[in-house]
This record gives sequence, C-alpha cells and structure tokens, in this order.
Amino acid sequence: MQSPKRRLPFSAWHLLLMPLALLFVLPLVQMVLTSFMSSAEINQFPPKLLPTSLHIEGYRALLTETPALRWFANTVLVSTVSVLAHLVLCSMAGYGFARLKFAGRGVAFLVIIATVMIPIQLLMIPTYLMFARIGIVDTLAAAFVPWLASAFGIFLMRQFFLALPVELEEAARIDGCGTWRTFRSIVLPLARPALATLAVFTLLSSWNDLLWPLVAISDDNRFTLQVGLANFQGMRRTEWSQLMAGNVLATAPLIVAFLFAQKRFIATMTFSGLKG
Amino acid sequence: MAITFAASSHATVRRARPRGRAVRRNLTGWAFAGPATALVVGLSLFPAIWAFFISRARWNGIAPGVQVGWSNYQRLASDPDMLAAARHTLLLTVLFVPSSIVLGIVIAIALNQRIRLIGFYRTCIFVPYVASAAATGILAGFVFNPQFGAANDVLRHLGIPQQQFLESPTQALYVICVIALWGEVGFTTVIYLAALQDIPKELVEAARMDGASRWRVFRHVTMPELRPVTVFAAVWQTITAVQLFDLIYTTTRGGPLNSTQTVVYYIYELAFQTQRLGYGAAAAYLLFAVTLLLTLGIIWYSRRRGSEVF
Repeated sequence: MQSPKRRLPFSAWHLLLMPLALLFVLPLVQMVLTSFMSSAEINQFPPKLLPTSLHIEGYRALLTETPALRWFANTVLVSTVSVLAHLVLCSMAGYGFARLKFAGRGVAFLVIIATVMIPIQLLMIPTYLMFARIGIVDTLAAAFVPWLASAFGIFLMRQFFLALPVELEEAARIDGCGTWRTFRSIVLPLARPALATLAVFTLLSSWNDLLWPLVAISDDNRFTLQVGLANFQGMRRTEWSQLMAGNVLATAPLIVAFLFAQKRFIATMTFSGLKG
Repeated sequence: MAITFAASSHATVRRARPRGRAVRRNLTGWAFAGPATALVVGLSLFPAIWAFFISRARWNGIAPGVQVGWSNYQRLASDPDMLAAARHTLLLTVLFVPSSIVLGIVIAIALNQRIRLIGFYRTCIFVPYVASAAATGILAGFVFNPQFGAANDVLRHLGIPQQQFLESPTQALYVICVIALWGEVGFTTVIYLAALQDIPKELVEAARMDGASRWRVFRHVTMPELRPVTVFAAVWQTITAVQLFDLIYTTTRGGPLNSTQTVVYYIYELAFQTQRLGYGAAAAYLLFAVTLLLTLGIIWYSRRRGSEVF
C-alpha cells in the first residue's frame, strides 16, 4: 500500500511509527544512560537523559557490594544447561514421536500435550516439596531441572520432523545406518532451523525466569540474576544507578543477541505464536 | 540387547525374530522419547496431581498435614483477600487482552508498510519483549517515580498535574497494565505481522480492482484472514495476564494497600510467605480451572463464529 495523497514529503506512517518506536526504545536507552550517572544527577528534577560524564560508581558498587557477578555466572550456567538439555532431549523425543513406532507412543504424546495447559502456579508448591525431599532446594540444579525438557519443545521438534521428507532416512537405513546414526548424522543437521528456534525459546524463558528460582533458591550466592536484582531492589529502592547497572547486566546479553539474530528471535516468537 | 537375546532364547526359532524385533523397536523408541517424557510427566503431571491432594489438606509443609476435604475451597469463596485479588486479576485481564490485540494489529499494519526506516522501527518495537519482566519492573519503578521520573516530566511538559503512579492505590494497577503492554505488545505484533504477510497479495489487489475502499478491504478481506491469529492471541494473552507475577513483584509487591495483589501474587504469598500450602494449592487449582474455562470459552466462541484454529 502506498499513501494515497502525497501532501507530506514522507509517508504518513512515520507519524505513527516514529513516536511509537521512541516510546518502546527510550526507556531502555534511559536505563543504560542512568546506569552511568551519579546519584546526584539521577535525583534531580526535571530528569536529565544524558550523564554529564561517564560515572561507573553504580557498576562498581553493584559488583563490590553484591555477588552480582556470581548471579550472572549462575544465570549463564542455568541457561546453558537448559538450552543444551532442551536441544538434546526434545529433539530426540520429537524424533521418537514423529518417526519411531513403539508401544505407548500415542498415549505418551497425548499426556505430554495435556500438560501444556498446567500453569507454574499450580506446580510450584508440589515441585518445591519434591525438590526439598530429594535435597536440591537451594542449589542451582533446582533452577534448571524444570527447564531440562518441555512439552512445547517436544511438540516443536515433532512437528518439524513430521514435515521432513522421509526418503532420506529410508536411504540411510538401506545403506545400513542404525536409528541413532540416521538421527545423528542425517536428520539432526537438517533440523538446524528448528533447533535454533528451540534454543532461542529456551534461552528467553530460562534467562528471564523469576518466579520459580525465587521460590526454589534462598541462598544469596545461588541466586540467578533476576532473583538477585529483584531482592536487591527490595532492599535498596533508591540506589538507582546500581539498580540500572544490574538491569543492564540482566538484559544486555539477550538484547545484543536479539540485535544480531533478530530473524531467529522473530521466527521463534512467530512459531510459539502460531503453532504453540 | 540383553533383553532381545533373552526373549529369543525362550521362544521358538520361528517366533523369536519378529518378537525380538518388536522388543528392540520399543526399546529404541523409548530410548529416544523416554528421558524427555519422564521429565515432563515427573515435573508437571505428577506434581499437578499431588497439588490436588495438597489442596485438600491443611499443611504448613513441616508438621504432618490434616485432610480437610473441600473446606479450603469453601473458605476461598468467602475470603475477602481472595475476592479482591480475583477482582484485580479480572480487571487486569479485561484491560490487557483487548489492548494488546488492538495495538498488535495496528502496529503490525504500520510495520507491514514498505517505507524507509522500517527495519529500525521493527527492532525498536520488538526489543522490549526480550527484556526480562523483572528488569522491566525495576526500570518502570524509575520511569514512573513520582519525584524525578520521566513520566511526570512528560506530564509537566503537557501541563498535566503530577501523578503518584505506582504509589497510588487507584492508579497502580493501570500503570502495571501499561508496563505489561510495553513488554508484551511486541509478541502480538510479531504474530499479526506474520499473519499479514501470509495474506495472498492477489486477494487484496483483486478487492481494490473491484473498487473496494481501503477500509472495506481491511474489514472484509484482511480482518477475516486475521481471525485465527486473534483467537490464538486472545488465549495466549489471557494466560499471560492471569499469570502476571514478575512485574508485580518488582514494582509494587501487591501494594499500595493491596491494590495490585492479584490471584497469582496471593498464591505466592500464601504458599511461600505464610506457609499455608494447602490453602495456596486450592487457590492455584481454582485459578487453573478458571483459566481453562476462559480458554475453552474463547475457543468455543471462535468456533461458533466459524474460525478454526485449535
């Protein structure tokens, strides 16, 4: 569609999109700029957007007075384990449900799909008790165990494998490949787009998760970044430069990843949107 | 392998091979599907069933629980805190779901234009979706700070009186809704944008050739094509709104004066602040049932209107 009457030297859509774009992105810009301000600069009204010079006190205080680096490392670990486990376990299960015939396949898949609707609020109480009983409450394992595999991940991979032409696998079979070899060297390399979608989905969910690690972990040193920040904010409501520095630490990795792999992120959002 | 061998040694030679092969096939299948299936069942189906038994007990997690039948559920129905929380969740959902759908459609249409800077606009509008809700909540506390926040500065420039925002019991829930929209509209926009790009161009062009106005094309060609996505978005965003927790935890923690205490936040407090596990589990089950009914209701309504998405 083109704009009907050209009274403006530019498309009228800019009048809608430019303010919207700024509305969405300016708070994040302000977050980054504020993290480099001194307390005196932050507490003045009207607020200034730009710091007078680069103050790194916020970062320094955050990193020395809290175990923020530790939280960051914990989050990296939890997300890495979650993503890797998801890639391995969900792709295997997806392949099993799509291609292999075995007793109980239909029932098992139905049960998995039925669990999609069960919300975390219902699960957190018994899961906490279960983890307490096996002794992993208050460890990083408690944070990543629920993210090792998901019904959504299994479903996503199964749909992808169902859409692959079966002839390649049959040819591999005839050439003497076993099921595992066929899966590992023929099917998985073809599944890269689906695996990338799954990785982005798991990364977003596990990195940004707050409620579950908040429930499962109470030892400062084992917090994830989201939990650490949320609690830090509860104690120091006014240390804005430190809070914004923490926010930068918590959001920058994913934002940078998003800027570099925007297409992949958007494909993930679309997939979880249209097929999830 | 061991089991295959054992099976064949017990059977006659003629029957051994197909049976051995069936066992082997089952083993291979479960070797692939088993680990993930066990995790999903063990971490959602099993706890969900257990939660039901917990919901029928009075239990603080330490002393042995006492079975109390349905009394937790009966008490919920007359618990003023629960009713207030349900009211807040309902208000949030009623505001959030339609707004995120309408905004999603409008922004997706705008982003579907072939104009300059469109890549820049898309990036800007999608990027908040990637930021965690916890960080978004902390950032919102800064932007909406009554003393020096940017929001009040904007109001000052527009000549509007200064507001208390998250610190006002009458405004906080609305402000949280706005913040949630800021973080989530990227999602509805993306799925509508994908749906718009899936509409065959010929369809729109044919309608235009027949003399239909832009509005009529949108109303009678584009809108019907978007209906399945709208059903999905309604379901998804309803779940998002009902389950909203992170933002509330990092902005108001249910305050001021409990004005932003939602059902999910109440469940969290019951179970993990006051250790009333049975009562909390009952509230969680009630929430689950209501969400399920809402979801089925949306799907039923859309089916009746003639669009099939599920």
